[in-house]
Amino acid sequence: MALNRDFVGRSYASAAPYEVSRVKIREFAAAIGDHNPIYRDRDAAQAAGHPDVVAPPTFPIVFSLQSGGEALADPELGLNFAMVVHGEQRFEYTRPIYPGDELVTRSTITDIRSAGRNELLTIKSEVSTVAGEPVCTTYNTIVERGGAV
Amino acid sequence: MTATVKYDEVEVGQQIPAVDYPARRLNLVMYAGASGDFNQIHWNERFAKTVGLPDVIAHGMFTMAQAGRFVTDWAGDPGAVVDYGVRFSSMVVVPDDDQGATITVSGVVEEKLEDKRVVIALVAKSADANVLSKARAVVQLS
Repeated sequence: MALNRDFVGRSYASAAPYEVSRVKIREFAAAIGDHNPIYRDRDAAQAAGHPDVVAPPTFPIVFSLQSGGEALADPELGLNFAMVVHGEQRFEYTRPIYPGDELVTRSTITDIRSAGRNELLTIKSEVSTVAGEPVCTTYNTIVERGGAV
Repeated sequence: MTATVKYDEVEVGQQIPAVDYPARRLNLVMYAGASGDFNQIHWNERFAKTVGLPDVIAHGMFTMAQAGRFVTDWAGDPGAVVDYGVRFSSMVVVPDDDQGATITVSGVVEEKLEDKRVVIALVAKSADANVLSKARAVVQLS
């Protein structure tokens, strides 16, 4: 089923800040099989010039779609989750993410389009601290297989 | 933030040697838990087949993380990656055996930018297919 184009331009704020922890960074690094000490050892991170351990570049996927997820689950959009695969992803950093960061995300549906048999939907998520300091921007395109048929 | 690679010692066209990363079912289960992406196509073969997939497939983000690891290991500092984007061009099919799949990542220095930044173009292959396309990372060198 075609996705509802009325959703383009809609914006969603995260309901609550996401607080980054050393434990979650360590768990995420373990899950991607990355043993870099800068993800788990504060001394190693400080030796590399950081105040604390650093989150891996793809870490924002853990929280950045919480706000957009609300839109994707809206029955009015018409998205069949069972047919969804990931199309594109990008992370643009202003600064690295550290433990103790309290991050809020504003997600905006920037595009919905058809490509062959598929429907493509792009969400831009702007991540900042609760104090308003920009941290990163993520761009996520999902593909609904067969959605355009 | 200090990348261990020095801008002045890097040339456009310089190859970064390929590295193999394993993707077994266990990796996908761990990634589902850590990322919060519990889509059944990443762990339930029965479900994956009912939606027309050949078998369980890896999370695109798992594959992106492997290519990201390739870049951060090269740069020497994960904080040096200032921009990283990919397109998922093919699926990484992960059979339920002891081998799973292998994701082979290689890279080349594509461009030198201002402010000691470089663009790394990445290639990621699994079972002879390019699983990422338009994969680029901008890295802040020292």
